[in-house]
Amino acid sequence: MNKGVAITGMGIISAIGNNVEENFHALTSGQKGISPTDNIDTVHKGEIKFGEIKKTNAELIVELGLPPDNNFSRTALLGTLAAKQAVENAGISDVNSYRTGLVNSTSVGGMDTTENHYYEYFEKPETVKYIAAHDGGDVSQKIAEELGLQGFVTTISTACSSAANAIMLGARMIKAGKLDRVIVGGTDALAKFTINGFKTLMILTDSYNTPFDNDRKGLNLGEAAAFLVLESDAVVEKEGKKVLARVIGYANANDAYHQTASSENGEGATLAMKKAFEVAGISPEEIDYINMHGTATPNNDLSEGRAVLRVYEGKNVPDFSSTKAFTGHTLAAAAAIEAVYSVLAIQNGVVFPNLNFKTRMNEFDLLPQTEIKHKNIDKVLSNSFGFGGNCSTVIFSKD
Amino acid sequence: MGKTFINGIGCVSAQDTVNGFPSEFIIDPSTNYLEIVKPDYKDYFSPIASRRMAKGVKNGIVASTVAMKEAGNESPDAIITGTGMGCIEDSDKFLKAIIDNKEEFLTPTSFIQSTHNTVASTIAINLGCKAYNFTYVNGAVSFESALYDAKLQLDADEAHSVLIGGVEEMTEYTKSLFKLAGFIKPDDSGPHNILEADTKATVFSEGATFFMLEDERKDSTYAEILDVEIVNKLTPEEAAEHAEAFIRRNNLTLHEIDAVVLGYNGDSEFDGYFKAVAKNFDFAPQMYYKHVSGEYNTASAFGLYVGANILKSQQIPSDLKANDESRPAYRNMLLYNQYRGLDHSFTLISV
Repeated sequence: MNKGVAITGMGIISAIGNNVEENFHALTSGQKGISPTDNIDTVHKGEIKFGEIKKTNAELIVELGLPPDNNFSRTALLGTLAAKQAVENAGISDVNSYRTGLVNSTSVGGMDTTENHYYEYFEKPETVKYIAAHDGGDVSQKIAEELGLQGFVTTISTACSSAANAIMLGARMIKAGKLDRVIVGGTDALAKFTINGFKTLMILTDSYNTPFDNDRKGLNLGEAAAFLVLESDAVVEKEGKKVLARVIGYANANDAYHQTASSENGEGATLAMKKAFEVAGISPEEIDYINMHGTATPNNDLSEGRAVLRVYEGKNVPDFSSTKAFTGHTLAAAAAIEAVYSVLAIQNGVVFPNLNFKTRMNEFDLLPQTEIKHKNIDKVLSNSFGFGGNCSTVIFSKD
Repeated sequence: MGKTFINGIGCVSAQDTVNGFPSEFIIDPSTNYLEIVKPDYKDYFSPIASRRMAKGVKNGIVASTVAMKEAGNESPDAIITGTGMGCIEDSDKFLKAIIDNKEEFLTPTSFIQSTHNTVASTIAINLGCKAYNFTYVNGAVSFESALYDAKLQLDADEAHSVLIGGVEEMTEYTKSLFKLAGFIKPDDSGPHNILEADTKATVFSEGATFFMLEDERKDSTYAEILDVEIVNKLTPEEAAEHAEAFIRRNNLTLHEIDAVVLGYNGDSEFDGYFKAVAKNFDFAPQMYYKHVSGEYNTASAFGLYVGANILKSQQIPSDLKANDESRPAYRNMLLYNQYRGLDHSFTLISV
């Protein structure tokens, strides 16, 4: 087995909690964070529910101690909050004391501010500052600035697999000796842009999402941010760091099938999982829990389920669940929050329940873990798939 | 450790670059926006397909097709793109429809194509390429992030060939916003001197530049990529120090650098960065290119296209010279870029 890269800190904000502890509590007490929106002025308010973080931008600005004339998008606010938590959790006082990088990811970037001011820019001079806050890179620059980080900063945007790819790049950079420490993760705020986008694709449920259920109707869109701190073994040893878990395997593959739909047989997902096992140097049977992408769209769950069955052909499929019923689908941040959940599963020996499941899917014989289950967990596999056929798998292991 | 060679390049830009490196460049100091020289799209797409695709996607496909053809390789082990702003034609279209129609009567097409990784995934679908497929969106280092990732894989022998590219597209509305925000120089404010800037903001454009990187030298090889470095934020003095340290880390002395390609963009507010780096290389031939390519988040990919062609031809086009120095032969070349004091990139290439 590959020794992997140490995770020494994590931070998270999602619809089920403002920090790691709150998220864990919600996951283990079955409290989902799906609700009508309070913060977004959309005409679809009455018909769909969201994985919304209830803090307003004004509250987040106060919490982060930003000046009133700041031009932070909500995506940047959430990202900064989670990244700061992660750095603090890793016990880092001087972020530049080692060669430190930031690999962020986002799909909407500053779209939430852009859509609010799109036609106002020419009439309201006070809104002009947000023009520069639109692109994904601006989000990462702001997070780096707030962390006081000077070094390698980049941003990945591969839709809903983005944060898995950020974790992957960070781990590869540590392995290659390019960095001593890297903060990896993702952030995405709810926006009318994505709400309406997914609505036109007709993959939003009008109720609560039900991953891997035969009668699933689609996803709840959510918002979140989460970051992990990855550190080299040299830093871990020198600083006497506590290792929360390790990133031991990862892979990205492309379905090369359709811009938005996954292939029937889950080709890209199968390739991603198989390659991740190779990188980790483990066999599929060594996985104790799969945190599925499980968006609860008819297409994803069928394709992902088939891919898992292909990977586990002739073997027992490990306990699996999707945590999207708790958080909604948080797009670029999904793999980051689920990385935190994977580490929590390892640390606490718990399989989180797949909420809202009633009926087994007609197409195959896969039953998600619907009740919380306590057992020793050494290794967790986490899947994330995005538009453009982007399929990513990350494997986490106990230290 | 594997090496990284540029074995094929495709470029769509404000110059006639689709059919090879130009011997002459179009230079128009009066304008604040350089229109691209449109490729003959019908050579690449059916008219129906062409109508369906945004220009960034089209230009990306044209440039990547040319790069792969030149390298004689249509099955890369990875496809990695960079785009600062992404597919803004489709995202503008979808956003306008949302606002104008009050979130009703929308169709998904422009939403689907607004995703940042549309170009990389379209190339993958066209090639049936199931390999690693990433897209970086980090302002002026979007392209260098792709290059960095590719080199990481080639260094580690995880890949033998990687297709990388930078793509940027501009829309009329975004152009108007960029003028309002002071990123594009005001209309009718020229002539603009890109090298000796006396006003703020820049002359903008768009484009797509793709490179087929392989771990073997072959007949089509332009140059070898020795190293690339990305730093989010520096002062001009730090940028100059960084450039020196970067060269030394690659076991070279400053005097072994035979040419420097700088991202001068005519913005008096941030020109100090290029001047600070240039100062340490006053003995070496220096070049600039944004007066012919315009500024955009992945304009530095055009810079690499220029650098690679100069190393291959061993000649510096006079239109691109920023000083009077010359060398009998060009072996090692440093490229430096930044945008508005952020997203600094240092790239070292060699014959």
